[in-house]
Amino acid sequence: MLKVAVVRFPGSNCDLDSLRAAEGVGADAFFVWHRDTHLRGADVVVLPGGFSYGDYLRSGAIARFSPIMPAVQRHAADGGPVLGICNGFQILCEAHLLPGALLRNAGLTFVSKPVDVIVERTATAFTSAYTAGTRLRLPVAHGDGRFVASKDTLRLLEAEGRVVLRYVESTEGSPLQPNPNGSAHHIAGICNPAGTVVGIMPHPERVSDPLLGSCDGLGFFTSLAALQPKSTTSTVQGQ
Amino acid sequence: MKFRVHVRVMPRDGLLDPQGQAVEHALSALGFAEAGGVRVGRAIELGISAASREDAEARVRQMCDKLLANPVTEDYLLEVEEG
Repeated sequence: MLKVAVVRFPGSNCDLDSLRAAEGVGADAFFVWHRDTHLRGADVVVLPGGFSYGDYLRSGAIARFSPIMPAVQRHAADGGPVLGICNGFQILCEAHLLPGALLRNAGLTFVSKPVDVIVERTATAFTSAYTAGTRLRLPVAHGDGRFVASKDTLRLLEAEGRVVLRYVESTEGSPLQPNPNGSAHHIAGICNPAGTVVGIMPHPERVSDPLLGSCDGLGFFTSLAALQPKSTTSTVQGQ
Repeated sequence: MKFRVHVRVMPRDGLLDPQGQAVEHALSALGFAEAGGVRVGRAIELGISAASREDAEARVRQMCDKLLANPVTEDYLLEVEEG
């Protein structure tokens, strides 16, 4: 069974939603505390949303040095899948697991609303269940969601097809705002070259069950079914 | 020796600074229309023990590169004083 670790920082939110969404697709999901130093054999790591350490200094800047992060870095370096949602995306950028940074929304206000995004890259650990070009309606809830990166980095992200989610450029006839934070190239989520580390501002776990009104985000979790669990050394040892 | 270090972290030139823009608009509305180019950054002060002023500055530069500033979006300036 696939093991999914959801890292809890002081100030995390939707951590339980993420855990439930992973359980809902049959994974063995468990919490790992930010002061822990190992991931307990996790195949997949989720860094949830929230306001870790009060977002002091910069969003994610202090969480990035949590005791658990060296283990997350090693996991990612070994090709292990990592999904950063909202604050988790900010932490991944601060930890240099993803390029760029997330700055204060251009409109200066906290935005908490549904937005429409297009799934562009499906060759990732978390979006393989989607068809490229699919339009999803996902909630965002952030004050620092404006993705910025150098021109060279943006060019590289586009050339390598590493934009995972992009806010729609126009929502003609819809009450929704196209790009809620002024992010460069309307970027809502990116990945590393291998597609194993993914960071997104929207919250798919909040729309992953019919009870929540929508399953648009469920694909981020059903995609996990395509992953192979590591060999379970604990059962082998007993033989 | 003991030093007091003042760190000024500013958004990099050319990056949109919506906080600076909002403050500029507010200043204009308050009758300070002559104010322009407003940018909002962050000031950090810290005390440090070091063998020399140069050592103190080198050490705080490491702190800035690692934590206090984001090299992707921010620049920083240091002022070191004794005491």
